[in-house]
Amino acid sequence: MASIVAVIASTHHPFYYRASTATGADRPPFADEWTAKILAFRETLTRARPDVLVMVGSDHFHQLWLDNMPQFLVGKAPMYDANWYNEEREFGLPRMLLQGQEDLSAHILRNGLDEGFDLAFSNELRIDHSITCPIITLRPEADLPIVPIYTNIFAPPLPQPKRFVALGEAIRRIIEQWPSHLRVAVIGTGHLSLELGGPRQFGPHGPDPAFDEKAVGWIANGDLDGCLREVTLDSLHTPGNATHGFMDFMLMMGVAGAGVKADYVDTLDLFHTMEAYFTWYPEGRPA
Amino acid sequence: MSKYLLNKFLFTVDRDPALVERYRTEPRELVTWWEETTANSLLNCHSGEASTWLAFSEAERDALIAHDHVRLFEMGAHPFLTLTLFIAMFEQDNTEPLEFQKAYGAALAAFSLPYPDIAT
Repeated sequence: MASIVAVIASTHHPFYYRASTATGADRPPFADEWTAKILAFRETLTRARPDVLVMVGSDHFHQLWLDNMPQFLVGKAPMYDANWYNEEREFGLPRMLLQGQEDLSAHILRNGLDEGFDLAFSNELRIDHSITCPIITLRPEADLPIVPIYTNIFAPPLPQPKRFVALGEAIRRIIEQWPSHLRVAVIGTGHLSLELGGPRQFGPHGPDPAFDEKAVGWIANGDLDGCLREVTLDSLHTPGNATHGFMDFMLMMGVAGAGVKADYVDTLDLFHTMEAYFTWYPEGRPA
Repeated sequence: MSKYLLNKFLFTVDRDPALVERYRTEPRELVTWWEETTANSLLNCHSGEASTWLAFSEAERDALIAHDHVRLFEMGAHPFLTLTLFIAMFEQDNTEPLEFQKAYGAALAAFSLPYPDIAT
């Protein structure tokens, strides 16, 4: 059976690519520290020697639209084009082309449906920065096949937080039952407190540092009970109007397992948002 | 009031650089043209098929023509769509980093929780 060699959760900051590649007067003062943290984080994936990446993210109104909006969607395609015109325009992100792993996509779809998740699928999916940002930070060679999984954290009505956790737990079981010798890493990105298009946006820190501190503790300690006790669809409005992206972190806590402490934790307090990086090694820390 | 149609306008204009520029420079012309030609397009469907019933209210049309992001927020337009399109139109005038983005937030300072409902 396949093995899960790393579980990784992080924020997906679309400004990283431009900040880390800028030089001279264009290079922001925080770029060196940010890049150093990303290189250390990248090493946590490299060390696990993955063959396949299952990538959990959320389409930002690029391909998925309100006339036909899935709650959870699995890509099943041989290739995925990536990044969109408005992401080139606003963030300077490059166009990319990633290879798919259709056998694992089919396995996740079949078994997810059989476990009670009515997963949508797509045979032609152009992925966006929620998945390409972690490719850029963690595997910039973009040389591994992927299975993209999209969640709706964006267009209400949204699934409940406990449903994200349950899907993460199911993804873990399903991958571990995949008849393959391949080494799988599951990588998911979301947000801590975040405000987009509201009065609290683009402040000197994230909109709710107290929430961020608490959230980092939940994730680092695998404290799903504490997290589920406090986090509801209503409560997530309080830290910032885009904070429902935190539910993708909760999904990844489901993949990592209740009560399992992360093997690697790092954060970076930036303007607008706090960055956070977590890695678990389900089979033990690689040499 | 149709939050969906406001979002559809923001979504379709944002993804087309020519429309972004027309909306920036000639908002009345663009909004009028869009409502006549695109409001009823089924986006995830074969071309040639369309809906028949979608139209802006007068207040929605006016808010779009006025580039009034505060009123769009108040109407429950999706804040990510509004922000993304308005950055595309007005960030180019920044004289320092994030100048427009910060002013955009400051213009919304009168809003407190709960914000207007964005569910469609």
